[in-house]
Amino acid sequence: MRFSGLRVLREGLTGNKGWAPHWRDAEPKAEYDAIIIGGGGHGLSTAYYLAKEHGLTNIAVLEKGYLGGGNVGRNTTIVRANYFLQGNSEFYSHSLKLWEGLEEDLNYNVMHSQRGLINLFHSDGQRDAFARRGNAMINQGDDAVLLDRDGVRKHLPYLDFDNVRFPIYGGLLHPRGGTARHDAVAWGYARGASDRGVDLVQQCEVTGIDIENGQVRGVQTTRGAIRAKKVGIVVAGRSGQVAAMAGMRLPIESHVLQAFVTEGLKPCIDHVVSFGMGHFYISQSDKGGLVFGGDLDFYASYASRGNLPMAEHVMEAGMTLMPMIGKAKVLRSWGGIMDMTPDGSPIIDKTDTKGLFIDCGWCYGGFKAVPGSGFSFAHLMATGNHHAPAAKYRLDRFRNGVGLMDEEGTGSQHNLH
Amino acid sequence: MRLDCPICGSRDRREFYYQGDAVMLARPAVDAGEAAWDGYVHLRDNPAGQTRDLWQHEAGCGAWLVVTRDTVTHAVFSVQLASDVKGTTA
Repeated sequence: MRFSGLRVLREGLTGNKGWAPHWRDAEPKAEYDAIIIGGGGHGLSTAYYLAKEHGLTNIAVLEKGYLGGGNVGRNTTIVRANYFLQGNSEFYSHSLKLWEGLEEDLNYNVMHSQRGLINLFHSDGQRDAFARRGNAMINQGDDAVLLDRDGVRKHLPYLDFDNVRFPIYGGLLHPRGGTARHDAVAWGYARGASDRGVDLVQQCEVTGIDIENGQVRGVQTTRGAIRAKKVGIVVAGRSGQVAAMAGMRLPIESHVLQAFVTEGLKPCIDHVVSFGMGHFYISQSDKGGLVFGGDLDFYASYASRGNLPMAEHVMEAGMTLMPMIGKAKVLRSWGGIMDMTPDGSPIIDKTDTKGLFIDCGWCYGGFKAVPGSGFSFAHLMATGNHHAPAAKYRLDRFRNGVGLMDEEGTGSQHNLH
Repeated sequence: MRLDCPICGSRDRREFYYQGDAVMLARPAVDAGEAAWDGYVHLRDNPAGQTRDLWQHEAGCGAWLVVTRDTVTHAVFSVQLASDVKGTTA
C-alpha cells in the first residue's frame, strides 16, 4: 500500500474503507539471520536499513511491549544537527540529511518541519561559545546564523528580553533544525521494514542471551527460544538489564527526564526555542499544544514519571523566558528513561561476544538520531565495520580514556550530564 | 520524594545533591589497574529495583548519605550516614 494524494482523495470519497494495517504483527520463527532487541525508533530504523541497504530481510525485531511505546513516543520531537565535537558533528549531520529525505524514502508523512531552532545566550562569554559552535556547524556543512538581540527579537518578539538575571544577548539560529511527528517515525520505519520482510514481533520479551564459546547463538524470550548468529541490543533505558544477560556491565545509568504539554492553542511559537541557562526548551506541536521540557530529575530512576521539584523548575524557567505562556494550562506531564553515559555521547559498537552488537547511551538526545543511529548500526551489524559518521562511538573509550566526547564540557563522569 | 536524614530528619529532595551509585564508597587503590578504575568511575549495575546510592544533604547538615531505595517506585528503604557505612564495610 502506497500513500499518495490521489489515494487519500479516493479513500475520502469511499468512506476510508480501503486502508490496511501498516505492518504485519508477526509470529516469531525459530531462527533468523539477525535479531534486533527493542522495537523503538532506533531498533526499527536499524531493521529498516538492514533490509534496505544490506539486503538482510530474514531478521526480526523483538519488542517486549508494543512498537514505539518507549522513548520514541515520549520525547519532545526535536530534530537538529548543532553539535560541536568531531565525532558528534558528522554523525548528527548525516542523521539530519537522512531526515530530510525520510518522508520520500519511507513514503510516510512523519511531519518533519524544519521551522528553525534558536539557542539563546545571555552573556558575552556565551556568545563567543555559540559563535564557535556555529562555526563548527558551518565547517561540517550544516547551517548556523548568529543572531544579535534585534535578530532574535524579529523571530521571537514575545520573549522577556530584559530579564534581570538572564537578559537576552542573542541566539544561534539553526534554520534546518525543527521537529517531527515522533510516533509516525516509528510507524514509518516499522512499515518500511515489514514491507521488506522483517518480522516485527511484539509482546516478546528477551529473557536471556545464548552465548557459546564467545559467539552469540540466539536469545531466550517469553515466546520461546530464537536462534540467530547476530544480535543487536537497542533498548535505551533498559540497556543495563539486557546487557547483563550477556554478562556485561555498561557505562550507563538510567535517569528519568520529564516532558510537558499544554492544551492546544492557536499558533504562537513558530520555532524550537532553547533556553540553556534555565534548562528549558519549547516548541508548539501542529495540534497546538506547547511541548516543553527541562533537565533530568537527576537521580537514577526507571519510574517513567518524575517528581515535582523538576516540574516546578521547568515551569519557572518557562515563565522567566516567555511570560506570555503563563495562562496556558498544562494538560499532561510524563517521563522517559534515559540511558545516560558518563560523557553524554552514545555507543554504537561491537561487544566482546562475537555477533553481539550494542547501540545505546543516547542520553536525552536520541530522537533526532533515530535515522543516523539505525543506518550506522545496520552498517556495523551487516559489514562488521564501523560506519564512518559513527566511528567514534566506541564502547572502550571509557576504559582507556581515548576519544571521550564530552560535548557539554562538564566532565566525563556520571551525574554531570 | 523525601529523604530521612539521620541528623536532620525528613527533608525535601531539593535539599539533597545526588552523586550516584554507592560503588563510589569503594575507591580502588591507585595501582589497581584499568579494569578496576573503569568499574569504579564508569560501569554500573544500573538496577531496575533496589539500589544503593550516595546523596549529600547539601542544603542541610552537609552529611554524605547512603540511600537504599527503589528505582522503579521511588520508595526509600533506608538512609544511613556514609561515614557509618564506610566504617562497617572498610
